[in-house]
Amino acid sequence: MTTANTSAGTNRGPTINRHKVGMLFFISSEIFFFLTLLSSYAYLSGAFGNLPKESLAVGRTFIFSLFLFSSSLTVWMAERAFHRGRNGAFRLWMLATIALGLVFLTGQGIEYHELMTSGITLSYDVFSSAFFTLTGFHGLHVITGLIMLSSLTGLSFAGKLGPKNESALATIAYYWHFVDAVWVAVFSVAYLIFV
Amino acid sequence: MTQESISVTDGAATPHALPFPPLTRGWGWLAWFTTTDHKKIGILYMVTSLFFFGVGGIEALLIRVQLAAPEAKVLTPQEYNNIFTMHGTTMIFLVVMPIFIGIANYMVPLMVGARDVAFPRLNALGFWVFLLGGVVIYLAGFTGSLADAGWFSYAPLSEFSYSSRPGVDYWIVGLIETGVGTIGAAVNLLATIVRYRAPGMTWRRMPLFVWMMMITSLIILYALTPLNAGLIMLLGDRVLHMHFFRANVSGGSAILWQHIFWFFGHPEVYIMALPAFGIMSEVVPVFSRKPIFGYTFVAGSGVAIGLLSFMVWAHHMFAVGMTTAMNGAFSAASMLIAVPTGVKIFNWSTTMFRGRIRLDTPMLFAAAFIIQFVIGGITGVMFAAVPVDWQLTDSYFVVAHFHYVLFGGSMFGLWAGVYYWFPKITGRMMDNRLGKWHFWLAVVGFNMTFFVQHILGLVGMPRRVYTYPALPGYFAMNLISTIGAFILGAAVVIFLWNLVVSFRRGKPAGDNPWDAWTLEWATTSPPPEHNFEKLPPVRSARPLFDLNHPDLAEVTPHPETEGNA
Repeated sequence: MTTANTSAGTNRGPTINRHKVGMLFFISSEIFFFLTLLSSYAYLSGAFGNLPKESLAVGRTFIFSLFLFSSSLTVWMAERAFHRGRNGAFRLWMLATIALGLVFLTGQGIEYHELMTSGITLSYDVFSSAFFTLTGFHGLHVITGLIMLSSLTGLSFAGKLGPKNESALATIAYYWHFVDAVWVAVFSVAYLIFV
Repeated sequence: MTQESISVTDGAATPHALPFPPLTRGWGWLAWFTTTDHKKIGILYMVTSLFFFGVGGIEALLIRVQLAAPEAKVLTPQEYNNIFTMHGTTMIFLVVMPIFIGIANYMVPLMVGARDVAFPRLNALGFWVFLLGGVVIYLAGFTGSLADAGWFSYAPLSEFSYSSRPGVDYWIVGLIETGVGTIGAAVNLLATIVRYRAPGMTWRRMPLFVWMMMITSLIILYALTPLNAGLIMLLGDRVLHMHFFRANVSGGSAILWQHIFWFFGHPEVYIMALPAFGIMSEVVPVFSRKPIFGYTFVAGSGVAIGLLSFMVWAHHMFAVGMTTAMNGAFSAASMLIAVPTGVKIFNWSTTMFRGRIRLDTPMLFAAAFIIQFVIGGITGVMFAAVPVDWQLTDSYFVVAHFHYVLFGGSMFGLWAGVYYWFPKITGRMMDNRLGKWHFWLAVVGFNMTFFVQHILGLVGMPRRVYTYPALPGYFAMNLISTIGAFILGAAVVIFLWNLVVSFRRGKPAGDNPWDAWTLEWATTSPPPEHNFEKLPPVRSARPLFDLNHPDLAEVTPHPETEGNA
């Protein structure tokens, strides 16, 4: 790519292309979004009283969290299958990832339903405001991830996913791992530390 | 050869001229709505910002008319609140930020020798979402109430109980949208800078404007998402009756809003200042005919500013009554950030020292920048001292301080950049005589408007008051300020007029009218859609200088080809 008269190029190696660079910068920005929600939760927690302890199902949510955590593993397996050209395995692991994400969302739905039926709605008090905003925005990110994963899986079933889509899969996997990691922080803050 | 790089000439060939390309192609003027070309999107940002600059400027003049005399009744108190809120919001979010992003959009790919930005469609999306946000903020006018809680919308004033009309809601939604668009632009610039630099352009050979835009983009990534999170919480409070910042009920905290807002708000100052620093670092060397003094220090101090800018936010909150430890820590950090900023002032001054200075219009603005920015910097250090802040906060001294930084600094730096790059963008020089009128009226008008406001603040005039009693000196100083504002307004009108006449029939510029040395001058003016036919080799931070003056060329060591470059 360069002639004899120029120094070596700065664009070396195919490993990290513009898509991955862009996604990593975007995720780093998202981290500050969640840091703001998390630190606001901590800042306001002095006024929560006993409500979190009385109303949050820590054990059950932990079990549902395990589904989300394991989906990081399945998406990694999907990537591995993709690189080895094993389409069947790839689709299976992707479907497993989507299913695990959906199970997690179901758990969150149960939690929300219980809170709301006992009268703890968005506008109930400062705890409910902080809790629903923090976990709700994480839930929105899970849904976004699921939409992207489903699109890729759909393309694969339609036979329109080839090796040139490697970076699409890689960036979506980055995003999915990030959504997973955020839940570690959200779960720790909302269910373990400030209860 | 990867698809991300473009071909390179051998060292001997001079880049050849191209025919003057039409600015639009195919769809005629509709092409402006569908374009993904970084140059057209850059122009869209700039033109939009100039429009909002006119709007924000008219708002400023209305403020000064109301304050020209004691007990004036030109505006109602409500209108006054609307107008000063919209003036601040407009100038910060719809003028200074986007116009620098526009210039970066146009210039960064050219300066690094790329064909386009990394994500052209994201770039277009970012612009249109930003524009949507700007329109939404003003659409509130049709509900009969523009936002009126000040540009930092402190809770609980911004809460539903105290501002029940929808202006603040529109303000929140609009700012979230401009924030999303801006983050898109920042991701794009970063990926472009990281991945699309020309062969040979190492970090130490990168133009300083690109360095500063890289740091600016990082600050945008980490300052605007916290703002958006805070805005979402405020919107939740107002619309869904949540409790985040409602101090009077069930444990919400109005101070939390201040923390979130200023965690964004102080880095925001540097989002508006660093691009101007970048322009200074391009203009001053070219018009002093010397390489920048201390390239590494300019880049490094920029990085230091970027990091420190996230550690000083609570100096906006000394009056809140934080603990002494908090006050002390934020006071110290705020004084510290003056050091890397001062380093840059030294870099520019020493670059000018014993240079063959050409006082073309860009250099005039650059010189005024240095003096005015230093004044704003000194009052900034004063505010870092807690007792001074307690005495002067929320007075006109603050207004004078940040206008010296943002108008005397950022705007003058911006103007230096506009006069510098206008020939590249349009292929025509800006009119020199009008430029001189613009410059001198702006210097006189600006200093007349804002210098007396230091004294007004010292004698106790609070900011944001709708009117004031006829205390000794108040009338005279406010009148001077208002007259200055109109002189400044005249300067801006001349500037806009200069843009129009120079675009129509300015002197043809040629590829490199300033004998400058960064890559954007290696192509035609304006550049063709694909930017470059050929790129000169990049062996230092001044590739065109090396090409045009081979006897004087100095090669910056390359980490991989040390000694044989």
